[in-house]
Amino acid sequence: MSLSPASLVACPSCDLLHNATTAAEGERIRCARCGTLLASSRPNAIDRTLAAAITNTILIVSALFFPFIQLEGAGTRQNATLIDALSAFGGGFTTPLVLVVAAFIVVIPFLRASALIYTLWPLRFDRAPYRGATSAFRFANSLKPWSMAEIFIIGVVVALVKVAGLAQVSLGPAFWMLTALVAVLLLENHNFCRWTIWRILGTHTRA
Amino acid sequence: MDDLAHPRNTYAGLTAKEAGLIACTVCGRLDHPRDTCVRCGAALHSRKPFSYQRTLAWMCAGIIFFIPANIYPMLITRTLGSEQQSTIIGGVIELFAYGSYFVAIVVGVASIVVPVGKFLVIGVLLASIQRAWKLDPHQRLRLYEITEFIGRWSMIDVFVVAILVALVQLDFVASVNPGVAAISFALSVIFTMLAAQSLDPRLIWDSMNEGETHAR
Repeated sequence: MSLSPASLVACPSCDLLHNATTAAEGERIRCARCGTLLASSRPNAIDRTLAAAITNTILIVSALFFPFIQLEGAGTRQNATLIDALSAFGGGFTTPLVLVVAAFIVVIPFLRASALIYTLWPLRFDRAPYRGATSAFRFANSLKPWSMAEIFIIGVVVALVKVAGLAQVSLGPAFWMLTALVAVLLLENHNFCRWTIWRILGTHTRA
Repeated sequence: MDDLAHPRNTYAGLTAKEAGLIACTVCGRLDHPRDTCVRCGAALHSRKPFSYQRTLAWMCAGIIFFIPANIYPMLITRTLGSEQQSTIIGGVIELFAYGSYFVAIVVGVASIVVPVGKFLVIGVLLASIQRAWKLDPHQRLRLYEITEFIGRWSMIDVFVVAILVALVQLDFVASVNPGVAAISFALSVIFTMLAAQSLDPRLIWDSMNEGETHAR
């Protein structure tokens, strides 16, 4: 049996082979057996992903330095930025905990956004991708599940409910920036079709 | 216009493995067997190597760390000489006692129901693959997708502890410190996420096909 892999597509969830067709604009092609998304065509996939990645970077940086939370109680009033919160110094398990949290809400989202910008920026202007673009894009994809800004937001709300009795707490601009970051991330995930971008990257590597 | 969603567009109902091809798990490129993917440079494997063993190992690590996470305190609060320790379950009960039912349910689901559910689902999936159980593969894939999607949300309680520690540091009356459970729980969540990622969903369908050939 002679097979030409280029004309076929395998489902990532069940491995069933399908004849490759290109999706019409806005169309979503699903696996005939398990229903997993095989291809989707969204206009301006690169533009949208790139815009979301740049927005992400700006929001992460501003969320770090603007006042995040305000604590009022016993006649004192204090502002805390995310940087303050992350550099909280304490005994026992504070340091490892802070490292874990900083990685999930700042470092990983920032690395992911940077890798996406590095990959997509030249493609946006129809130029050849930068050196190592495929590794950068692979890196960005592998970081996706570990980027947890949206979960942190829910955590903030829960923490506020817990201290509500102890002190008057109000949210600063940085909290709303993180919330905006979450909205952008959700939008980006909705628009993101990694197969489309891999296809575009692939046409350049072969040339 | 071709419509891929229609069964007539599958390739003779074969899987890539049966046709002697390998689909790259990273970029989706289909190719004849070779070491690395031509397009993205990732190592090519027809199925994730040692998927069963790796998933089992990560899950065991997750379960091991889940035990101290529930026994030891998550949060240690000191106010004017008195010390109070609260565990994961204790924290949920406390929220219920405050009357914050909604938040109590969110935390309870994220830190108790989701992790335990994940252990059960991954356990059933592993057993069904190993023993070729005839469970509906559609439902098993659905379970797998839910598990993979929802696992990260267990991290909520770890973030809550971190925020409380940082918040109360601003205040001099009380001091709040994270306990052993905070780190154990974070590790447990990370390990179970790795377990879900190591599991190759294509094995679910393979086990169905193997079952058919053995049954003849």
